[in-house]
Amino acid sequence: MKLKNEKLAIILAGLAIGVIAVLLVLFGNPTNMGFCIACFLRDTAGGLKLHTAAVVQYVRPEIIGLVLGSFLMACLKKEWAPKGGSAPLTRFILGFFVMVGCLAFLGCPFRMILRLAGGDLNALFGLLGFVGGILAGVFFLNKGYSLKRTYRQPRLEGMAFPIVQVVILVILVFFSSLLAFSESGPGSKHAPVLISLAAGLIVGALAQRTRLCMVGGIRDAVLFRESKLLLGFIAIFVAALAGNLILNAATDTTFFKLGFESQPISHSAQLWNVLGMALAGFGCTLLGGCPLRQLILAGEGNTDSAIAVLGLIAGAAFSHNFGLAGAADSVVDGVYKVGGPGANGKVAVIAGLVIVTVIACVNTFGKKEEV
Amino acid sequence: MKHLDARGLSCPEPVVMIRKAMMSGERAYEIVVDNVTSKENVTRYAEHQGYTVSVCQSGSEFTLQIQK
Repeated sequence: MKLKNEKLAIILAGLAIGVIAVLLVLFGNPTNMGFCIACFLRDTAGGLKLHTAAVVQYVRPEIIGLVLGSFLMACLKKEWAPKGGSAPLTRFILGFFVMVGCLAFLGCPFRMILRLAGGDLNALFGLLGFVGGILAGVFFLNKGYSLKRTYRQPRLEGMAFPIVQVVILVILVFFSSLLAFSESGPGSKHAPVLISLAAGLIVGALAQRTRLCMVGGIRDAVLFRESKLLLGFIAIFVAALAGNLILNAATDTTFFKLGFESQPISHSAQLWNVLGMALAGFGCTLLGGCPLRQLILAGEGNTDSAIAVLGLIAGAAFSHNFGLAGAADSVVDGVYKVGGPGANGKVAVIAGLVIVTVIACVNTFGKKEEV
Repeated sequence: MKHLDARGLSCPEPVVMIRKAMMSGERAYEIVVDNVTSKENVTRYAEHQGYTVSVCQSGSEFTLQIQK
């Protein structure tokens, strides 16, 4: 009975999150990007001038809302607890390469679902790689992979990340001249601040209560034959698909276009869609959750997850400062040009897969002392 | 009864730990976790395997008695 209630709760939360994601696009976010943790952290990194790619600079209030929504809900439910100390630098590096993988694909696991719900079939290749990456992570989990234990931390340590979000929000609202704002490209497309913030707060609170995790859904289904988290994943897809189809019919804007070519902020270099999301899936499984889950845990006081988010932000900054991120498909002089990562990005994805594998091996087979 | 300490281990390690322990075929286990998510996940898995679970909370720690 309890499990049935948990499943019903995550389905309802998934449906609500799917609708919110579509509404954010209606209110101004880029197409198929109602939510994208990787893209939004990248935009935020740009907004804070950590990279100089002019088209992806905007401090996304959704990120602030997700962390604070989780923080408030965790406090309300007496689940907020400052903890950390489980291989923080390893988590930073994993976060870094998860972002490299996501930006090679052009989206986090959350956006992968939203892209599928918008008819972008390139995301199917991303999903293929994502599942493969998770299976690799599950292999190591079954063999005893662990980043060892977390320990109780001082309250301020756990509060620091949510406080930083409040500071960034104050800067965004009252001192915005300090920040960079894209005038064109994805960074220039956004819903009004209050709507984005409210959406983040609601989704953050729902994700905290339901433990929603894109990686956890597939991982638990494979590892334990447990479908709860996967239901949330599917519910988001169903709600976003329905919302896109309805808005496609009701408005002049394209919310749903089935196919591979000319999909919004997407490329059809399928090998790199597969490998990018394989890297993301593998790294996230070793981190214990997807980028969304890392934000939620950071809001709950988990400083290891906060470090993983800092790794994601650093990965985004490096990806744009060193030309690692994938480029969207484009039409140049009437000729369709397939995008994807350039040479630097391809090397980074391969290096990431090697490094993440080494991290998995060392923390599985390396030392066998009691955790 | 087999005793397991999953305090401080992140998701899904506590469930992996109890699953491996259950392979020994014992009928009773006691596992200590230190967060609600792990408590929920271990409980769900054990019940799915046909065990009954009783939970005792002490501060931020939960002791789960798992029996068949």
